[in-house]
Amino acid sequence: MEQALDTTLIVNGTPVTRRIPARQHLIDFLREELGLTGSHVGCEHGVCGTCTVRVDGKIVRGCLMLAVQADGRRVDTIEGLSDSGELAALQEAFHRRNALQCGYCTPGMLIAAQDLVANEPGASRERIREHLSGNYCRCTGYQAIVDAIEDVLKK
Amino acid sequence: MKAPPLAYVRARSLAEVFDLLATHGDGAKLLAGGQSLLAALNMRLSAPELLIDISRLTELSGIQARDGVVRIGALTTHAEIERSPEIRKHLPLLAQAAPHIAHPAIRNVGTIGGSIALADPAAEWPACCVALDAQFVVAGKTGARPVAARDFFKGLYSTALRPGEVLTHIEFRIPGADYRSAFVELAQRRGDYAIAGLAAVAKRAGGTLTDLRLAFLGMGQTPVLARSTMAAMEGKRAAADTIAAAAKALAKDLDPAADLYSSAATKLQLARVLTGRALAALGA
Repeated sequence: MEQALDTTLIVNGTPVTRRIPARQHLIDFLREELGLTGSHVGCEHGVCGTCTVRVDGKIVRGCLMLAVQADGRRVDTIEGLSDSGELAALQEAFHRRNALQCGYCTPGMLIAAQDLVANEPGASRERIREHLSGNYCRCTGYQAIVDAIEDVLKK
Repeated sequence: MKAPPLAYVRARSLAEVFDLLATHGDGAKLLAGGQSLLAALNMRLSAPELLIDISRLTELSGIQARDGVVRIGALTTHAEIERSPEIRKHLPLLAQAAPHIAHPAIRNVGTIGGSIALADPAAEWPACCVALDAQFVVAGKTGARPVAARDFFKGLYSTALRPGEVLTHIEFRIPGADYRSAFVELAQRRGDYAIAGLAAVAKRAGGTLTDLRLAFLGMGQTPVLARSTMAAMEGKRAAADTIAAAAKALAKDLDPAADLYSSAATKLQLARVLTGRALAALGA
């Protein structure tokens, strides 16, 4: 029953132990404490999806989880998933299809898209749109994003 | 915004949860998946002194089908229900409803027990539980007691849970093989809060629908069982004329309040549309 707790997370494969204030969101811990600013903070109430990261292999909202809740869990961010090459095909397709303009939503988009690519390789355009319904983009109108993901799924 | 300052404890047992609730009373809140609670904290709509994280109480998680009953632990996530072969086989209504709950990243964390205990009138699970006549198991320091879903939802975010009690399991009698279900919902965008939704279950035999249950979400302060409409359709074949007659009875069952986007009249019309779709699906 404490305001700050010793917490260990495996972030992009590396164990990290810190004393974390109970109220701190996972996304703020990653950005402010660890300097992993690739994942963004948008609405801070679970609507926009730009803070999407993975916890134990599953996509989650980084603003709807306290960092202390992730104690003992594996957390993967856009930095780790880029470095590992897992997102390379999607990143290349986003670039080629012009699926980003300002880029703010892109880290969350890529992680959400990879979740579909990995788990539902036969996904239709409609399913792509459903799967990304929780990731907002205010620039592209989504068409190019769906095109890019469809390209990767068809490969 | 950020969550307000608070204390946090990760519970190791239900007994510990009961003790903490007894000590801290209204100052404590249970944290299950947190997909509504964290948003409420961030918006400063809620400011508990203490969060009791129950998410690692593994005995409250999982899906079991035994002796004609499916028992779902309160901490089972929406995604686990969505993907469960047992659920698809025994309780297809839940599998139909799950994709309507928010977005994949939220379904991976949010729990059925959290949704039910919060009792948001636009949520999917409470209406499904009322449609399937589910029973909830709530436990407290002195033991567990059953509460029927139809008696559980008392008002806006208000339930039959007493201070110090925790919802632990949800139990569903497995419907017979001749039962059909349909879940339909209207929202501004996929995954948004429902403007209106309907969980429907009926026995279909010889082309007619009997034992029909229609539970609406987003149409009142709690899930609403549309009794007049159910009675109007009971024993009928799902056809254009019978569906139209049944939909007329909806005005007796529903008295929706206008929200930011829809007038009461619009909501009632949307409920008629949903009723038509659900009954057609049950009869198909």
